[in-house]
Amino acid sequence: MELVKKIGFVLLGLFIILNWGLIMSGIIRKIIARLGMRRGIKVFQPYINLIKNYSIRSQISHGVMFYLGPVFRLSGGIGIFLFMPLIHGSELWSNFSFTGDLILIAYFAFFGMLGMALGAGEGGHPYSAIGISRGLAQFTAIELPLTLAIISIAIQYNTLSISEIVAAQQGGIQNWTLVTNPFATVAAMISFLGAMGHSPFSVVMAPQEIPIGPPTEYHGTFLGILQTNRAILHVIEAVLYMNLFFGGATNWGILILKSFLVYFWSVFVGMVFPRFRVDQSIPWLLKLPVLIGIIAIALLII
Amino acid sequence: MSLSNKNEQEKNIRVTEDKFLAPENRKHTVIGPGGEEIFVDPLNDYFCTEKPKVEKPYKGILEKFYNWARAESLWVLGYGTGCGSIELPPLFSPRFDAYRFGVAMRPTPRQSGVFIISGYLAVKTLKRVIRSYEQMQNPKYVIALGSCTINGGMYWDSYNTINRLDHYIPVDVYIAGCMPRPEAILSGFNRLKEKIKEGRAEGANEYIEKLEWYKANQKKIIKDWNMPDYNW
Repeated sequence: MELVKKIGFVLLGLFIILNWGLIMSGIIRKIIARLGMRRGIKVFQPYINLIKNYSIRSQISHGVMFYLGPVFRLSGGIGIFLFMPLIHGSELWSNFSFTGDLILIAYFAFFGMLGMALGAGEGGHPYSAIGISRGLAQFTAIELPLTLAIISIAIQYNTLSISEIVAAQQGGIQNWTLVTNPFATVAAMISFLGAMGHSPFSVVMAPQEIPIGPPTEYHGTFLGILQTNRAILHVIEAVLYMNLFFGGATNWGILILKSFLVYFWSVFVGMVFPRFRVDQSIPWLLKLPVLIGIIAIALLII
Repeated sequence: MSLSNKNEQEKNIRVTEDKFLAPENRKHTVIGPGGEEIFVDPLNDYFCTEKPKVEKPYKGILEKFYNWARAESLWVLGYGTGCGSIELPPLFSPRFDAYRFGVAMRPTPRQSGVFIISGYLAVKTLKRVIRSYEQMQNPKYVIALGSCTINGGMYWDSYNTINRLDHYIPVDVYIAGCMPRPEAILSGFNRLKEKIKEGRAEGANEYIEKLEWYKANQKKIIKDWNMPDYNW
């Protein structure tokens, strides 16, 4: 009975996160439109797009991996969700979080990318192949500062459990990792820019250049699955950063507010700075952010 | 007609078609890694030769709901064929802002549902239009922009442009003018939305039902037909 209740809450949490993700992307698009002096899309446009994509009548397949690509991507996103504690202090909203969940989540983040790479590769479109090679190369560089930051906070809190890291940050802003370990936070927030795929690290999708990267051949339900995953992934990655660096959340209101602000950081930077080429972004990520990450570890060891 | 006769006739047709084919698309033999000879017929081996099927609409309230979603989310293929394509970029500028009607540009035919034929259509471009149109997924809609797509417009006696677009692909909405202003295009989008919501925009199925007639018209114009009959 306990397990059934737990699964029920996990599904409910997934439903809330999915809807918040769709509404959040609508709000962000609206904000971007207002910055450009436009009226912009309806806030519920992402829902309509999703329904439209699921209602396409004919689909073309390029093989088995082409089918499995979006499925892998979605299981990557849901995999991150399943092991992420959402609300601090609530047994039911902590999903299947356990002592080593941080490692598992870092793995799931890459898992979806690899599955998508295999699937989009079978699509056979040259832009897919270019997008994939750029995406995987850049993502490796993005992971490096994040990994250093995670090692740093693992040393700081002496644990790899997200729940315990959140618990250690309770009691006010002065206990947040943002204050206690600012170097790790800076390294990770730079890595977050890359993970969200906004400018300056948007060369993977690269609108106006190699439109539209890996999902070039995906349409209809396939694209619908990818959009569903994107809505989940954006929120849940913001929730991960919120848990690690900004003190977690004690109720849904705070979770929604903090995840919006964390996500908005990537949008803010994206609106201000132009796009890096892939041969600029990887060296840039490997220089300053990695240095900051190493400093974050060195300070704790010394 | 006996079977052997028919085969021979088909063979003759293939041979006459072959002279338009690019060298890599002609039938040829390839030497394999073990030294064996492999016969390759690229048009049959590399491309899907299956015929498209009519995808029947759903029934009742479900189809109405889907049609509402399709109408409110029009993804336009970012492909301009003639001078009218210069009227498309302003649509997404702050002044006209087509995003508020649910219109967005998509760079790939796979994901887009609306094809805007923006102006005169040269014979060379017609081939690309057919390829792109056939790669779009059912349901798909066509907006014809400018008088050139209706009767040829100022190019009606040109040696190199087609006159009536709906002889080659089914058209849902015509926007007359030379050239139509972005306001006219926005109004055209709204006409298309009404048509989709009423369930009358079934151009994709119409194209498949009358495929032979469309193909005959297309092949009359395109002399160097060097692609499969239906581009999946």
